[in-house]
Amino acid sequence: MATAVANLAQEFQEYTLRSPFRASWQKVMMWVFIVVDALTFGSLLVSYGFTRVSIGTWANPAHVFALHIGGKEIPLLLIAIMTFILVSSSGTMALAVANAYERNKKRTVLFLTLTMLLGLTFVGCQVYEWSHLIAHGTRPWWNPYGPPQFGAYFFTLTGFHGLHVLSGVIYLAIVARMVARGTLDRRGSYQLVEIAGLYWHFVDLIWVFIFTMFYLF
Amino acid sequence: MAEGTHVPIRKYLVVWLWLFILSALAYFIDVVHVPQPWKPILLVVVALMKAGMIMAVFMHLGYERLSLIYAVVAPLLFLVVMTIAFLPEGGAILGSHALVAP
Repeated sequence: MATAVANLAQEFQEYTLRSPFRASWQKVMMWVFIVVDALTFGSLLVSYGFTRVSIGTWANPAHVFALHIGGKEIPLLLIAIMTFILVSSSGTMALAVANAYERNKKRTVLFLTLTMLLGLTFVGCQVYEWSHLIAHGTRPWWNPYGPPQFGAYFFTLTGFHGLHVLSGVIYLAIVARMVARGTLDRRGSYQLVEIAGLYWHFVDLIWVFIFTMFYLF
Repeated sequence: MAEGTHVPIRKYLVVWLWLFILSALAYFIDVVHVPQPWKPILLVVVALMKAGMIMAVFMHLGYERLSLIYAVVAPLLFLVVMTIAFLPEGGAILGSHALVAP
């Protein structure tokens, strides 16, 4: 009787400890955060769409974000470069995760560092873009290109996304330091790198939609 | 529990290449001025393809249990509902302005 109860108790404990998602709680919590953040960004984008449709006119992003090279205006060149950088960083992040699972410390740190550098380059481009537009008089309440809401949504959408990239760089720096110091070896799991990767790819995912909805539409 | 989801590196590289191709395609759809009803449709299709690839392969969602996939994707459908609910409303407001304007 006593052993039967003990067995039942153990079985119950094993059952309740098993994740219904067959994933660690760390990973599930990152997914919870990502879904919440996706809904936040989604709401911002829907509100932007609503505003833009109800105004009827808008600035021409192809012209606003053009770069002048050799006297020629190339539409959206800076944004194309920024997209290229962020997609590249997603690739290096994927390689960092792949190397983390092979427990290749050196290459994991190398690819994490490359990802961070690309992220910082992206933020640098954004600083250039912001200072360029601000120098031309763009404010959240006024801009020389179109209705005032254009400036408001520009700063809100790109600012919110840029902060995510910057936080991601700090996050990756912490993870890279833990990999380099062997903290993850002592823990016996490199899953932290994969979870950090989830966040980084999510930031790239958000850019796909900001790039499409704000810059190309 | 296995330590993580192992995706072959080749697959990462293929998706990476596709993301570059689709990003370039989206840029060219804008630059060559595709006629109006088609431009937004094409852009949304390209964006959803990119999003699907990033989620399925880079974020390993295609390798997770179905329950996790449902838990992630189902709440996002709310955004489709919001889009359908609010964008026509914006159009209605624009229409009402047109009635008032001289």
